[in-house]
Amino acid sequence: MDALPRPKLKSKKPKYSRFTQQELPAWKPILTPGWVIASFVAVAILFIPAGLLCLSASERVVEIIDRYDDECLPDSYSNKGDSFIQSKDTNKTCVRTMKVPKKMTAPVFIYYQLDNFYQNHRRYVKSRSDKQLRDPGFADETRDCKPEDNLHGDENEPIIPCGLVAWSLFNDTYILSKGNKVLDINKKDIAWKSDTEIKFGSDVYPKNFQKGELIGGGELDETKPLSEQEDLIVWMRTAALPNFRKLYGKINSDLEANETITIVIQNNYNTYEFGGEKRIVLSTMSWIGGKNDFFGIAFLTIGGICLFMAINFILLYVCKPRPLGDPSYLSWNRNPSGQ
Amino acid sequence: MAFGRHERVQFSKIYSLSCFRPSTSEEHGQIGQKGYSRVVYCNDADNPEAFQLRYRSNYVSTTKYTAVNFIPKSLFEQFRRVANIYFLVVAFVSFSPLAPFRASSILFPLLVVIGATMAKEGVEDWRRRKQDIKANNRKIHVYKDRSFSESKWKDLRVGDLVKVYKDEYFPADLLLLSSSYPDGICYVETMNLDGETNLKLKHAFDVTASLQDDNSFHKFKAVVKCEDPNEDLYSFVGSLCYNDQQLSLSLQQILLRDSKLRNMEYIYGAVIFTGHDTKVMQNATDPPSKRSKIEKRMDKIIYILFSTLISISFIGSIFFGLRTNRDLNHGSYGRWYLEPSRTTALYDPKRPVLAAFLHFLTGLMLYGYLIPISLYVSIEMVKVLQSIFINQDQDMYHDETNRPARARTSNLNEELGQVDTILSDKTGTLTCNSMEFVKCSIAGVAYGRGMTEVELALARRKNVEPLDVGTTSSNISGSHGGIGNSGKAIKGFNFRDERIMDGEWANEPHSDIIQKFFRVLAICHTAIPDVNKHTGELSYEAESPDEASFVIAARELGFEFFERTQTSISLHECESGVKIDRSYELLNMIEFSSARKRMSVIVRNADNQLLLLCKGADSVMFERLSKDSQPYEDQTKNHINKYAEAGLRTLVIAYRPLDEDEYMAWEKEFLKAKTSVSVDRDDLVDAASEKIEKDLILLGATAVEDKLQKGVPECIEKLSHAGIKMWVLTGDKMETAINIGYACSLLVQGMKQIVITLDSPDISAIEKLNDREAIAKASRESIEKQLREGRSQLDLTKSSSVLFALIIDGRSLTYALEKNLESSFLEVAIDCSSVICCRSSPKQKALVTKMVKEGTRKTTLAIGDGANDVGMLQEADIGVGISGAEGMQAVMASDFAIAQFRFLERLLLVHGHWCYRRIAMMICYFFYKNIGFGFTLFWFEAHASFSGQPAYNDWYMSFYNVFFTSLPVIALGVFDQDVSARLCLKYPLLYQEGVQNILFNWPRILGWMFNGLLSSMIIFFICKNSTIHQAFREDGHVVDYEILGVIMYTCVIWAVNCQMALSINYFTWIQHFFIWGSIFFWYVFLVLYGYLKPEWSTTAYRVFVDACAPSPFYWMTTFLVVASTLLPYFLYRAFQTRFHPMYHDEIQRRRSEGCELAEPGELPGRVKDKMDHLSERMKHSYREM
Repeated sequence: MDALPRPKLKSKKPKYSRFTQQELPAWKPILTPGWVIASFVAVAILFIPAGLLCLSASERVVEIIDRYDDECLPDSYSNKGDSFIQSKDTNKTCVRTMKVPKKMTAPVFIYYQLDNFYQNHRRYVKSRSDKQLRDPGFADETRDCKPEDNLHGDENEPIIPCGLVAWSLFNDTYILSKGNKVLDINKKDIAWKSDTEIKFGSDVYPKNFQKGELIGGGELDETKPLSEQEDLIVWMRTAALPNFRKLYGKINSDLEANETITIVIQNNYNTYEFGGEKRIVLSTMSWIGGKNDFFGIAFLTIGGICLFMAINFILLYVCKPRPLGDPSYLSWNRNPSGQ
Repeated sequence: MAFGRHERVQFSKIYSLSCFRPSTSEEHGQIGQKGYSRVVYCNDADNPEAFQLRYRSNYVSTTKYTAVNFIPKSLFEQFRRVANIYFLVVAFVSFSPLAPFRASSILFPLLVVIGATMAKEGVEDWRRRKQDIKANNRKIHVYKDRSFSESKWKDLRVGDLVKVYKDEYFPADLLLLSSSYPDGICYVETMNLDGETNLKLKHAFDVTASLQDDNSFHKFKAVVKCEDPNEDLYSFVGSLCYNDQQLSLSLQQILLRDSKLRNMEYIYGAVIFTGHDTKVMQNATDPPSKRSKIEKRMDKIIYILFSTLISISFIGSIFFGLRTNRDLNHGSYGRWYLEPSRTTALYDPKRPVLAAFLHFLTGLMLYGYLIPISLYVSIEMVKVLQSIFINQDQDMYHDETNRPARARTSNLNEELGQVDTILSDKTGTLTCNSMEFVKCSIAGVAYGRGMTEVELALARRKNVEPLDVGTTSSNISGSHGGIGNSGKAIKGFNFRDERIMDGEWANEPHSDIIQKFFRVLAICHTAIPDVNKHTGELSYEAESPDEASFVIAARELGFEFFERTQTSISLHECESGVKIDRSYELLNMIEFSSARKRMSVIVRNADNQLLLLCKGADSVMFERLSKDSQPYEDQTKNHINKYAEAGLRTLVIAYRPLDEDEYMAWEKEFLKAKTSVSVDRDDLVDAASEKIEKDLILLGATAVEDKLQKGVPECIEKLSHAGIKMWVLTGDKMETAINIGYACSLLVQGMKQIVITLDSPDISAIEKLNDREAIAKASRESIEKQLREGRSQLDLTKSSSVLFALIIDGRSLTYALEKNLESSFLEVAIDCSSVICCRSSPKQKALVTKMVKEGTRKTTLAIGDGANDVGMLQEADIGVGISGAEGMQAVMASDFAIAQFRFLERLLLVHGHWCYRRIAMMICYFFYKNIGFGFTLFWFEAHASFSGQPAYNDWYMSFYNVFFTSLPVIALGVFDQDVSARLCLKYPLLYQEGVQNILFNWPRILGWMFNGLLSSMIIFFICKNSTIHQAFREDGHVVDYEILGVIMYTCVIWAVNCQMALSINYFTWIQHFFIWGSIFFWYVFLVLYGYLKPEWSTTAYRVFVDACAPSPFYWMTTFLVVASTLLPYFLYRAFQTRFHPMYHDEIQRRRSEGCELAEPGELPGRVKDKMDHLSERMKHSYREM
């Protein structure tokens, strides 16, 4: 019927390519019994040894923990921890002893552990000025630090370092001695390198710190630049969870088994007001860090579950092999119109 | 070219023009009234009145936006979505201290998402704009300063005179003034308007046709009064005032924009409608926007997530309020390090309720990651890409018509995978709509040997071996392909009968009637002959394929129609081997319409006899036959029934000699009706024609076959295997419909038929009484009874596997669709596997569609090709248009356009299934990944006394949805396949996964959400418990806020991406690239971000390089957490594939076990070998245990 001569139309036929025809070569794995069992076995084979490895590493770590916040409270102040700690007249010195259960090879790390302390509270985390910490030119960059931004509300007297984090600096001190010999506590390199080198300026000095009407935590040596105040730097790396440890220092000598360590604590830091706990922790390290049984157990559990499932599936296929292509398993095969 | 012969003919009297002779005394109907107020001053641009009218220019813009309103308008579109409004509000609030993160980190993802959507809108609009610019700058010759000079389309104004050359498009709606032919006719192709490829004839008025050269327009002035712009392509009311003459205009003088001048040198025209006032622009409406069921359900899920968000924020703020309250205890402050004595309202222990409320707002922002911000934009992008795949599918490209499949909307891709019921048109959809003349009955004798496909199916059904299967079937297929085995096959003609072919008809007993019969076929039509100059062959341009087949049949039997002028039709008639040219003077033509169902011409033959020649549907023709002596009426009826049974379309042929006086009287009346300019003109014309089309003498009947399209039976069978129910809505008679049903596998052997009809003796008895109410009442009762019977039949055989088919005719349908019967009708119908509605009108088609859609609440798909299917296509959940012979109207109203019915199989079973699966999985996964991430924030909050401190660095979070997890999920949405296309087609039952919606049902959605929750818990609690106190490195450093964030976030990224890898089972390089690339990118980002200045990177400063990467603990935690988060899903899948496999699992298993021969290249050999080896070994190992 197409009698009139028409210009030959350009063919609209789609061009062939494996991509447009959705025929790209593809790997199409499916969950065959083989794959299921193989995966379970593979995970079990990887996880169980890994778990054992972690556990053994954790086993090798020697850790001594001593809670001292309540122990260092004189009986007369029991239940009145806050007035004890706030009073200027009370003797905060407290002596604790601990026994080394196993040989601890150097370096031995000393931590303080705070519990129920919300360093991750939004108000707390935000209350700092990284610019000010890094650069003396930004000394008045204290916007985020309220209420610990300026001394007596005077904008020309910025507090360095400003903010709640610095203000609440932990200030208990420990002196450890073995027998009569005081152990040398190395407080160098307890902070992250990136912090001491970059984030905290070597030409930024504390100023107006803890001079306000409310005194928070520890004070700082105004003659030392911030980059050298590693206690502050460690403290200012806020913890993720309300129970945390922070590095206090390192002892570079071995502690033998059954040795008694005497610790003289200056119990200055107020955890009584908010019901926190304080502990001192001595620990050696392994390749996964500190003592960490949970990690190994978690590996073992997952590996165990996988092994268990693998065995189950193997038994299942041996006892009750699925008939090949049995359509009765299909829910709708019984009624083809699908009603 | 074939138009040379027109050139010298100056027709004094043009038959169709005679209908529109000027009649100044005539009242011009509604011209000048409301709706008919347009006045056009032709060639009179300086006329102040014309100036005042300020009609629109011919500038056309189809864009959605302009440069000015793009930003506000597209933003407005964006923020109509609830989720986006939420994010906008969050972005605004983020500038206040309430915000848990920096404003920029909230704004960034929002900007990316909004920007991506706007860019998409912008690109789409830019394409439209480019087309507009092209159209607006086309050249046209406009009369100016005494000559026609070239100008741009957009500069055209109403009233301008234009000259359009051959094969040019008309720039606006024009009034045809004259053409290069002296008689002022021209041929127009309207393909762009209605898709019809045949040429249409237009006539200018005599008075203007004489304006033959450019100079004659110098003094030309005319005024046109006409209707206001409207979208009706098929009517035009107006009048032309020229030389003090009032002429009434009709569509015959109007050339519509975007149609094309054909076969002519040039025409002159006056611009009447410009730009957006033109009919074609008025018609340009967007297809109705439909939303898929999945998207509707997705909205519900978003609401669930919003309520989760609100409730966890609420819970959080209660805890926060309580804790804050405790900070002030009998005058002493608890957490002194927060300095509660000097605090802001946010944390004020003196006003804990206010603090809690403000915290609630913070929480709404903080947990906002539960709402997947990029979900909408990802889905939109995915769907566009999916549509490209549909458009690009070679297997849905039709060579003969050069048409690929086209997804006109991308909204409904996944809906294609859920179709429960298909409602199909018959003609042109199941059939080719190319008619072949196969049989005829003349004077009560049936001519035409050969069997149709339907007859073959019929014979097969009756277990009768068809007598001459060999020859007939090959004949049929041969003629279809264009090469017959008996010499040259002619398209549209498949008639074999030696009794009347090759001039043998002269020896038949009723040779005079045979002669008259074929003369009617050769004269009573609107076709235009066309001689191929080179071959001398004659072909015809006809308005419908039926008509063409008649003219061709007449030609083949020796009545060759070779010339049509305005007043005559000329035939070569073979009489006993001699060719005689006979010319018939054409006096009137009463055209075909779907309401009239017949057409007539009145001619005067060489012997000065007046004849009315008529052809029409049997339902209207038999009642118009003359009452006395119709000797062949019964036989003819008999034959017509037989033809109908054979699935053929029949027309009754009749004639009537007229006497001069009667004709003269009638013509006057008819003319008056024709020239009246009012809306009821059509009714007047109908009434007039009734008066002459009576007392006809029966000659016989024709039967043309509408062939089934290729592959239709196979396709329908496949679709029924896929559990899709099929309804055919056709205008055919019941017998025809049933037989077609058998031919196309809709009805199969052993199916029980429930027939609902009103053709019973008692009903016809009541009908004779002519009491409308009684008829209605009786019909209603009868239908009710038949439905009840059908119901009981269905109930009786419920347990057995007998399939039922419901067949209902149009009249019964009218009653069955009434309110009180609708539900029982539907109940019967949905229990039948196929339903045929015969004799149904377009409106009924739409009503049935609506009933099925609303009654079953399942997805319906309507497929059709003609204008009469438009209602149905728009009503259905998905409209599929067949871009076939009947024009583009169905396609314009459709959501998907395919060239052949058989492509529906691939569109549904392959693309539909894939798209459904992809979108369903994609949405589920989206919720998984966002819940998995969002809840880790919540768990962290619980350990930060709900203070609103996020667990991660701001930028980690804002990149989560944008970079680290977005691309794999898009790859899933675009490329994932559960099984290959071949297997989709091989196992059509797989389609039921979509129909039953088992990949997106509530248990599955909630399951994924639960999995997300579980993942978040595993991630958080393993990370927390393994890092709580102790050092994580050999050098004694402990995990702080920054490091825990990195550890957890790393776990999240690994977990969600690996979860993706676990839940898909189709990995091309694209999937590998995106999944592993996303994980890799996280590390790259972390390193780069960590090296920014500390002011920028804050808590991420060197955290990876210095702190995490050197620690074996960090890597092992990742490993442990990822394995643990994947374990629940893996276990679930392992048990599920073992005990309750889904169908696609089963097919995949078969494929991998080699029950299916692997396609070459389907599996890389190495992998396959490995897998086989592994599975073999496994089998052995546990057999030995």
